[in-house]
Amino acid sequence: MEVFLVSLLNGLVYGMLLFMLASGLTLIFSMMGVLNFAHASAYMLGAYFAYTISLFIGFWLALIIAPLICGLIGAAIEMWGLRRVHKNGHIAELLFTFGLALIIEKVVQMTWGLIAVPYRVPALLDFPLFTLYGTNFPAYRAFMLAISALMFGAIWLALTRTRIGLIVQASLTYPEMVSALGHNVPRVFTLVFAGGTALAGLAGVIGGNYHTTEPSMAFTMGPIVFVVVVFGGLGSLIGCFIASLFMGLIQTFAVVFDYSLADLLRQFGLTVTSSTPFAEVLTVPLPRIGALLPYVLLVLILLVRPRGLLGTRDT
Amino acid sequence: MKVLRTFVAAALGSAVYAISPQVALGQDTIKIAYTDPLSGPFAQVGDANLKQFQYILDFINAKGGALGKKFELVPFDNKSQPSDALIALKSATDQNMPFILQCSGSNIAAALIEGVEKHNERNPESRIIYINCGAVATELTNEKCSFWHFRFDVHVAMKAEIMARAMPKDVTKVYLLNQDYLFGQSVQRDVKAYLAKLRPDVQVVGDELIPLGKIKDFSPYITKIKAAGAQALITGNWGPDMNLLIKAGIDAGIDLRYYTLYAHLVGGATAIGPAGDGKVRSVMSFSENHAVEIGNKDAEAWTKAFRDTHSFDFYAAGFRTIFEHLQSAVNKAGAVDATKIAFALEGQKMKDFLGYDTIMRKDDHQIVSEYLVGVFKKGVKYDSEKTGLGWATEATILANDIDQPNVCKMKRPEMPK
Repeated sequence: MEVFLVSLLNGLVYGMLLFMLASGLTLIFSMMGVLNFAHASAYMLGAYFAYTISLFIGFWLALIIAPLICGLIGAAIEMWGLRRVHKNGHIAELLFTFGLALIIEKVVQMTWGLIAVPYRVPALLDFPLFTLYGTNFPAYRAFMLAISALMFGAIWLALTRTRIGLIVQASLTYPEMVSALGHNVPRVFTLVFAGGTALAGLAGVIGGNYHTTEPSMAFTMGPIVFVVVVFGGLGSLIGCFIASLFMGLIQTFAVVFDYSLADLLRQFGLTVTSSTPFAEVLTVPLPRIGALLPYVLLVLILLVRPRGLLGTRDT
Repeated sequence: MKVLRTFVAAALGSAVYAISPQVALGQDTIKIAYTDPLSGPFAQVGDANLKQFQYILDFINAKGGALGKKFELVPFDNKSQPSDALIALKSATDQNMPFILQCSGSNIAAALIEGVEKHNERNPESRIIYINCGAVATELTNEKCSFWHFRFDVHVAMKAEIMARAMPKDVTKVYLLNQDYLFGQSVQRDVKAYLAKLRPDVQVVGDELIPLGKIKDFSPYITKIKAAGAQALITGNWGPDMNLLIKAGIDAGIDLRYYTLYAHLVGGATAIGPAGDGKVRSVMSFSENHAVEIGNKDAEAWTKAFRDTHSFDFYAAGFRTIFEHLQSAVNKAGAVDATKIAFALEGQKMKDFLGYDTIMRKDDHQIVSEYLVGVFKKGVKYDSEKTGLGWATEATILANDIDQPNVCKMKRPEMPK
């Protein structure tokens, strides 16, 4: 019970962080049909901006300013970059964002150096909030949970209760129709792209000091976010939310369950010995392959249900 | 068009000009290729090593270098990849450098040992010596030993013995967590072996291997360690795998003692913080407070000078020992010739700057030197990374006490005339 509860909390925190990153990407992906490889780079930029800003005017203002800067950068990329590349098709867009991700990483390395920067949790939140079976739950994690929950609520309200949200939602499923109705779809694109990038920036601000802020953080976070987006399904914020939590929990619980396939087979009366075929694979404990599980799920869902968990249309 | 061509030619010309003085300068130095992670998750460790090496080299060069030449370090980033380290080796041998130096990653060390062995066999006129400053998997100077490989840090089995001896009597349940590669597996195996031999009462309640440099949040592991009922965590983790692990443990506030090999490296003190007072121990070659404890004023002044200009501790006393050994061996060899230097290094005995005996064993090219068990606590003269806490020596183990036997059977070249 103790392990379960503590792991549940840990998994929730990680899942919500994933959601902050993935929610913006899922909107962009659904609207433009392009996997934005530079999305995790915005996460990294958010962390670095927040670090630099917090050196001068503190963490709390950085929490607001850093995502705004990321949003502006996103808008600029969309207006002067993606929109021009768009004419040449999806492959060109894909390569464009991929190149961008590499450039951003190099720029970050040149600006802030190759080694991790000392971006720390603000002193105000650096205390244990409560103790669960003798394990402290840091206040900062509760803060992360709160921010991401607030964000989820805000996006959900904006998408379902405002006029612009309605247009965005319509563009998610029927972009051509919305355009035909006379809406300025390119501007909606810019808005969504900027918004998504700002959200990734925000995730960077609160994730950068929870993990570490270093130049490879974008490339370690990137693949798992794609998994969440594809798994959750195109155009579905709720699907993205469920997928994020699911991936967060699965990776956390994989660490604490020391079981292998051999243990599973034993339930059916099969004993694995060193002479059994594939014995090495069968006896690998779950913690050692935990990081692989999301990708296994990605492959499975693409085979079984290509539109994802709650997707409204096929990839 | 012609203008453009002239411009390009001029630009190229100036580029060559910019490089050439360095080349000219390089001819009368003894070049050492240094390859370690200078980017990627382990960059912080490589960077800290580089800064300490440069500090030591300035000192050794000020004392005359060797044969009237200065030592010069040429860094190559290997991104923690054996393949990149081999590229560095290729560049080093192409430029006829007599030494290649590498500290971080036993898997990389294994690749380098093989690469150097092959190169030296094929190119007897431009041989190179591999100086190992910290890749400590036990087999590297045992089963995998090589004449061209000299290891200047005590290996895992020795460290495991030190750790098993230092384990207090009331600790009976330990948890092992290590990185899943040559080195981590070596720690796992050797620690278990020495616990079984020296402390049969200690029970290993958990034994885990984690992917190298991939994990950002160790909280799930901390939950598991606590659930297993461990009193102490034994880990050979280094770099972010060490610092993030210990940070997660201290943040969770669980009642656990940490027995580590690398908590004293850069970033470690910051990760532990004041909440870890007296909880963390590290098997280390040096701490700034050790010079104070043994009353060695020269050593204290020398490390303090580093401290005054850098944001982290000087912990690499072993690196100075390396260059004192090299300086002496090159002088003894009388020429910058890898084979002659290698023979001069064999069996070389020296006192290190703290006054302890060190010996480069002839039969396996493994150094045996003093080693310390440090505890991170309040009330020491020199604190670490401005945390207010620092490393105090709990036990000093002399070279004689860890002089373990080896199974090395190396192929020796002919002694040059």
